[in-house]
Amino acid sequence: MLIFILKRLASLVPVLGVVAVVVFLLMHITPGDAAAIMLGPEASPQDVDALRDQLGLNDPLYVQFFSWLGGILTGDLGSSPFLGESVGKALLSHLGPTLSLAILAQTFAIVVAIPAGIIAAKRRGTLLDQGFMGLTILGISVPSFLLGLFLILAFSVGLRWLPVAGYQPLSEGLGEHLRYLILPAIALGSMQAALIARMTRSSMLDVLSTNYLKTGKAKGLGSFSLTFKHAFKNAALPVLTVVGQTFGSLVAGAAVVETVFNIPGIGQLIINSVERRDLLVIQGAVLLIAVSYVLINLVIDILYGLLDPRVQVR
Amino acid sequence: MPTFTPRSALIPSITADQRSLRLKRIRNNRQVMTGGIILLVIILVALIGPFLSPSGPYETDTANRLLPPSPTNWMGTDNFGRDLFSRVVSGSQVSLVVGFSVAIITSALGLAIGLIAAYYRTADRILMRILDGFMAFPAILLAIAIMAALGVQTENVIVALSIVFTPYVARVVRSSALVVKEQTYIESLRAQGASALRILWINMTPNVLSPLLIQATFIFADSIITEAALSFLGAGVPPPDPSWGNILFDGKTLIFSAWWMTVFPGLTIMLAVLGINFLGDGLRDLLDPRHRGTRK
Repeated sequence: MLIFILKRLASLVPVLGVVAVVVFLLMHITPGDAAAIMLGPEASPQDVDALRDQLGLNDPLYVQFFSWLGGILTGDLGSSPFLGESVGKALLSHLGPTLSLAILAQTFAIVVAIPAGIIAAKRRGTLLDQGFMGLTILGISVPSFLLGLFLILAFSVGLRWLPVAGYQPLSEGLGEHLRYLILPAIALGSMQAALIARMTRSSMLDVLSTNYLKTGKAKGLGSFSLTFKHAFKNAALPVLTVVGQTFGSLVAGAAVVETVFNIPGIGQLIINSVERRDLLVIQGAVLLIAVSYVLINLVIDILYGLLDPRVQVR
Repeated sequence: MPTFTPRSALIPSITADQRSLRLKRIRNNRQVMTGGIILLVIILVALIGPFLSPSGPYETDTANRLLPPSPTNWMGTDNFGRDLFSRVVSGSQVSLVVGFSVAIITSALGLAIGLIAAYYRTADRILMRILDGFMAFPAILLAIAIMAALGVQTENVIVALSIVFTPYVARVVRSSALVVKEQTYIESLRAQGASALRILWINMTPNVLSPLLIQATFIFADSIITEAALSFLGAGVPPPDPSWGNILFDGKTLIFSAWWMTVFPGLTIMLAVLGINFLGDGLRDLLDPRHRGTRK
């Protein structure tokens, strides 16, 4: 097991290396002088020079890369000339809403999709199954920001049940917190729900046709215990992979949905930075999300190995 | 010039009988037909729509701001009095151009990278690690970051999306090419001294075209969604050029007073993406026997 984990860790090194190079190069594919672009057309030449100095843009590329990498490894992502604070601090203060949204969306997806997938598999070929599967195609095809807009139109503008946009932190009470986050979470979680439901269904179908389940049925096990205790337990592994893989994309998707609902998370920070062309903040945010995406996948891989020892041999 | 075997002799030849069978299969495949028809309708509307709209996509008319849908303005007007139908049509031209361009560029790059990786083992190790690194970024996020660096412009959307999606094509090409490479006829060609370029281009490329086509269809749909999302976020097609995404952005601030600014462009995106995804799913059922029936 230890060897398996070490192997997985070693395979991360090149991936993270490429991630670092790509993020670093973002500052350098900018047409023209990155410092001048960041400060805008009204900036004085002295200010531009100062920023160029501060960013180290006058050094050779490889020197810049290693000093940048060194900074990151010690937790220093630079400081934004717009926010007047370090990028790390800015990211940290925007992290809460994004995580809250991503976790809620994942919860929504799991709670809705797994029962739906199991029912669809049990009732294979019926109208219910086709209905669920039709919904999943819709779920995969409708982008989250669009679903968010439609939900606002239905539940906030039409029915007036929920607020149009905004955010209340958990400290304002769980009810208030959820009231603002429920629509964004549904908008964000729907695609995940569709993918999980499809995976649950096909994985359950594989298990339901096995002999040991027929034996269980023959010896008179109840339908509930048969479905959940015996079938789903074995069908859960591929579902777990989908859940894990999609959690990473939830964090990125949250960035888009946040803009629809005016939630002050990482996404909004990124979008505001695009307008200001604050490349330092964008680099930091993209790096943070990409690295967590890689790490989440690592954790899932290791969990997978723990749950199904056959994987370790591969 | 050495004598070459004609290319048609290397691909299993298709008789007239087989061709009519294949056409029949396409006709009988409901998904391909539905998706194809939806896509055709969207292309047609994008082409002839400008002749049907009462005014151009940029023509403002302050007397007629925020009009609900009517026989003159089928989709209503926006906050500058511009005809929404005309803007949605114009936006579909942008979406289709972006989608097609990205699908073609990523196919070409992905084909080259995938084939090289499949053929040369050393290149494979390096290329795959680089692709893994690119794929560690969630697609939309990398696209936003590249747009921020390059500047918000329609051409840059195509560049950014091509960078983001090429790895997904290259992976598919590589995995099919690896299977093809192990076939005996490739081995015998190599033994006969055929050059790598010849084997890759003339003998392997035709055999990876089906998976490439399927993947390109999905990339087409994903590019349209991502372009809309980017433009909605203000990192895609810059206003006043219309795009489905930035019409939706304008509509969001007016969501209480002008539902049509959200509903019509929104439904158009949904229809387009559903159609293209149907087409992709159907093509996969048609061209890839392993997948046939699994998604039923």
